[in-house]
Order: sequence, then structure tokens, then C-alpha cells
Amino acid sequence: MISFRVNGRSVTVQADGDTPLLWIVRDEVGLTGTKFGCGIGMCGACTVLVGGRATRSCITPLRIVADADVTTIEGLDPAGRHPVQRAWIQLQVPQCGYCQSGQIMQAVALLNDFPDPSDEDIDAVMAGNLCRCMTYRRIRAAIKQAAAEIKGAGNHG
Amino acid sequence: MVLKRIIIGLVAPVVLGVVAITALAWSLAIAPIHRPFPGSFAPADVARGAILAAVGNCATCHTSRHGAPLAGGLAIRTSFGIIYSTNITPDPATGIGTWSVSAFRRAMHRGIARDGSQLYPAFPYDHFTLLSDADVYALYAYLMTRPPVDAPAKVDGLPFPLDIRALQAGWKLLYFHAGRFQPSTEHDAEWNRGAYLAEALGHCGACHTPRNALGAEKRGHAYAGAAIDGWFAPPLTAANPSPVPWTTAELDAYLGSGLSPLHGSADGPMASVVHQGLPKLSRADLQAIVVYVETLGDGDSRAAATAPAIAKALAADRVDVGATDDADARLYTAACASCHYNARTVSNPDRPDLALNSALYLEDPTNLIQVILYGVSAHEGARGIVMPAFGAGFSNADVARIAAYLRRTRTNLGPWPDLENKVSAIRARGPGET
Repeated sequence: MISFRVNGRSVTVQADGDTPLLWIVRDEVGLTGTKFGCGIGMCGACTVLVGGRATRSCITPLRIVADADVTTIEGLDPAGRHPVQRAWIQLQVPQCGYCQSGQIMQAVALLNDFPDPSDEDIDAVMAGNLCRCMTYRRIRAAIKQAAAEIKGAGNHG
Repeated sequence: MVLKRIIIGLVAPVVLGVVAITALAWSLAIAPIHRPFPGSFAPADVARGAILAAVGNCATCHTSRHGAPLAGGLAIRTSFGIIYSTNITPDPATGIGTWSVSAFRRAMHRGIARDGSQLYPAFPYDHFTLLSDADVYALYAYLMTRPPVDAPAKVDGLPFPLDIRALQAGWKLLYFHAGRFQPSTEHDAEWNRGAYLAEALGHCGACHTPRNALGAEKRGHAYAGAAIDGWFAPPLTAANPSPVPWTTAELDAYLGSGLSPLHGSADGPMASVVHQGLPKLSRADLQAIVVYVETLGDGDSRAAATAPAIAKALAADRVDVGATDDADARLYTAACASCHYNARTVSNPDRPDLALNSALYLEDPTNLIQVILYGVSAHEGARGIVMPAFGAGFSNADVARIAAYLRRTRTNLGPWPDLENKVSAIRARGPGET
């Protein structure tokens, strides 16, 4: 029995400690916004936040998240209106969309650490999130737009 | 080497044992008692014992992975064979419920069980012998007021003749010096308090000091670093190879929170030390340990090395970005950079800068491989955040490749030899019980 929290809700699961967090989130908790991509932590589609930090859930064994706080794309904002999500919608970033929840989670983590990211910062931190539709230019633009919005909100309030 | 070990293992203990036994004769059993009524202990002693037990890490060795606290059964893999920790709950049949305080004190101070049998030095009585009688009593009060658990001792996996406990008397004759902690007159009270806590209770040297062929800590090599339990306990002396010295500020952050901005986080056997033990100490006692440990490596005298090391690390962080023609760099950026890249500062300790990380600079790559293969749990390292287990997706060759790349691009040290086989061996061992 391993307990942790998903989007603020306590979850206790009876599963082998080696079970990937991704399977627990999708199959046990029933939140399917987080996607399975490569299964080896090399594409970023499964990115969630653990303790606020971007984490590839496909290679994160359940045993290591005991008592941790996990946030999925569903938990980012109750209305789906996180500044990063808003920028994504405004710029119509996705094409097929499969990698985008992972991209958004990684972008949120990026902006927490780098509130005013340079192109180099974005390249370095987002390099592990692949997009087969090549939406990279729009991802970069949306990150900058979200950064400006977050900064603006901070200045005004 | 193996042959030498076997010869030493077979012949030396026999010879020494015979000498020792004739010289020392038997240690007598101390009469069993009825388990003391828990209410007979003063709550203040029990409370103090709880802190001492946490800092002394009793539960880390005396609790198995799925077992009850302090009921023993953890496999301790020594170079001589497997020893199982024992039940130190006050269960009269299988624990220490029939041990009087004098029996307990003799075990702590001299490594002899209540029935007179010799304890193996895997139990660090060579450190506990330094403990004051008052602290030993507080530990006794704490342990005797825990819930008793019925958990018989497991049979140790030691080969003949090492399984003859009486021969341990010979080991003691050679390597064990009984006696309480003696403060140094060359240092102040704070340093001496730190020394007492680190040497007597915390038994830091049990992991950080290398051992000789018979498993005794090498005198003259205190805190020189040693392989322990699938990890490598780094040197605490000036020989520590980290680019940033262990200054008072770094030690304070590391021992106080498990996370130092310029060295990385506590993992492996050290994780429970910083997360379960040291937080129980008063601020003054923790500070005393920091003061003492700082003097082991004299890090503050080399504090000027910090700024250049950071500048070099930040430059190294930039070499990977966009380096698409280097397959090693691509692997690193895809797998590691999203968390470990730092741009202009390393002020965020939650983004451990690998160019500063102790694991990259040790002669032994074990710690780096362990962390890449098995990750870091929310209870280890920085509290509440994790590192995934890349061993779930990476081949041994991939892990070796990342380790070699980091060593090549972040340090001036030579490549680690035989990396892939090392990864393979650590993977075969599994994530371990702790």
C-alpha cells in the first residue's frame, strides 16, 4: 500500500512498487490527460509535476513517490486557465496534440525556475519534450507569452 | 586477492581466537530480568533516548524493509558474508526484553550480548563505547518502552570459522579500545560536543572510514572515504574531490536539510541520517556537528575556490545546448538537462548542478550509477521531489554513456574504467533494502 496525493487528493494504491507512476495516474486514478509516449523517459509526453518539479512519470516507480504531491495536466488549474494553458490556446500551439500536456507541464516547471527564459534556457529545458508535429516554434512563442503574462500579473498584483 | 582473503579469513581468526580465548576466558552471562514495566522509566529519559536513537540510526539497521521498527532482520552485506541485524525491541524471547541495564551497557560499551556471546563489529560498539553512561541509559529507556515484537534472529550467512562468535574476542584484542569519549583540550566545548555526537553516537566513521582486511576501521585513515552497502561514502577530509570545498555553510545546508546547493543531495544510506536522525537534534547540537565535521576537511580555509568552481560549472551547462551532432550530448539533454541545466546562477538547489556534484568527482562511479538507475525518492535527497529511475528505460550502455559524458565534460579527471560492467553489477544487485 503506497499513498501519495494527485492534484491535492489523497490516493492509496495496492500495486507493486516498481509500477510506473504513469500507469497509476491513468489506470488507477483515471486521469488520462497524461500520455504514454516512449516509455523510457526520452520524449516527455508523460511529464507530470512531483513536488512542483517536472518528472517523467513513465520511468518513475510508484515506490519513490510515496507521500509526494503529484500534479497532472488536469490539476494545473481548476478551469484549465493557467497562464501557460491560456497562451497555448491563444497561439493555437498544438497540431495533433498528443505531446502537448507533457509540453505544458514542462513549460510550467521551466517558468517556475526561469521566470524570464532566454531562447537558450528554453532549448535546454524543453529539449527532452519531443513533438512529432514540429510545433517547437509555437511552443517557444507561447512560453514567452506566458512568461510575460505571469510577470505582468506579478507586477499588478 | 581472493586467495589472500580466504587465507586471512581462515587462519588468522583461528590463531587469534585461540590466543584471545585463553587470555580473556569467557565473558559471563548477565542474569536475565523480567521485562521492566514501561512506566518505570522517566518520560524525560525516554524522550532523550528517542533523539539519541534517531541520531544513532538504530532503526536504519535494526529494521528490515517490510518489518516492524527495531525488530531486526535487515541483511547487512559485509565482505565476509551476510549478517542479519537483530531484534532490539523488548520482546523477552526474541528481543532484548530480558536485558538489564548493565547487560545493555556491556553490549554498547564492550560488544558482548547478555548471554556472554561476542557481538560482531557490524554493530558499531567500537563507536558506542564512547557513549556516556547517561546516554546509554536513555537509549535503554527508549528501547525498553517500544512495543515488543516477536521476531526471531535470522541465521547469519558467515562461513566457518567466522561464524564462531568467540573468535571475535581476538578481533577485539587487536582493534577494539573500550572507553568513554575524552574531550580534546585543544578545542572548545562546541567542537567537543560535535565530536562526541559524530564519533560516539552518529558513528560517521563506520561508513566514511575505510576498513582493513579484518573489517576494522583503519587508524590513520579516518574519514578517507569507503565503499559501503552498494554506495561510496565520500571522504570527509581535505581529500574530498568535490570542486567546491565543504564549508560551514555547505555542511549546514547538507546536514540540516539533506540538500546542499553546491554539492548535491543526500541519498543512499545517508538519506536516513539527514532526514530521520539529524532533524531530531537541537539546533545547537546540529551546529556542533557541523563545526566538528568542517574541521575534518578544513573547508572554510579553501572557501575562495567556490566562485571559480561555480563559474566553470555554469560554462559547462552551456556546452550541451544544441549540440546535436554529439550523440552523448543528445542523450544528456533529452534525459537530464530539463532538471539539471542552470543558466546564470546555481542559486536553486532543486536544480542540482552536475558539474558541482560530488558523485562526478569520486574515483568510484557507484553513487552516480545508483542514482541514474534507481532514482531518488521523495524521502531521500530534497524532500518531496524525486528523480525518476532511468534504469527502467536505459540499457547499461546508455547509463555508462551518460556517466562517461558527464565525467568528460564536467571534470578534469580521467575516465572511469569499465563503466558498463560496473553498471551491470549495480543493476544486478537491485535497489537494495534501505
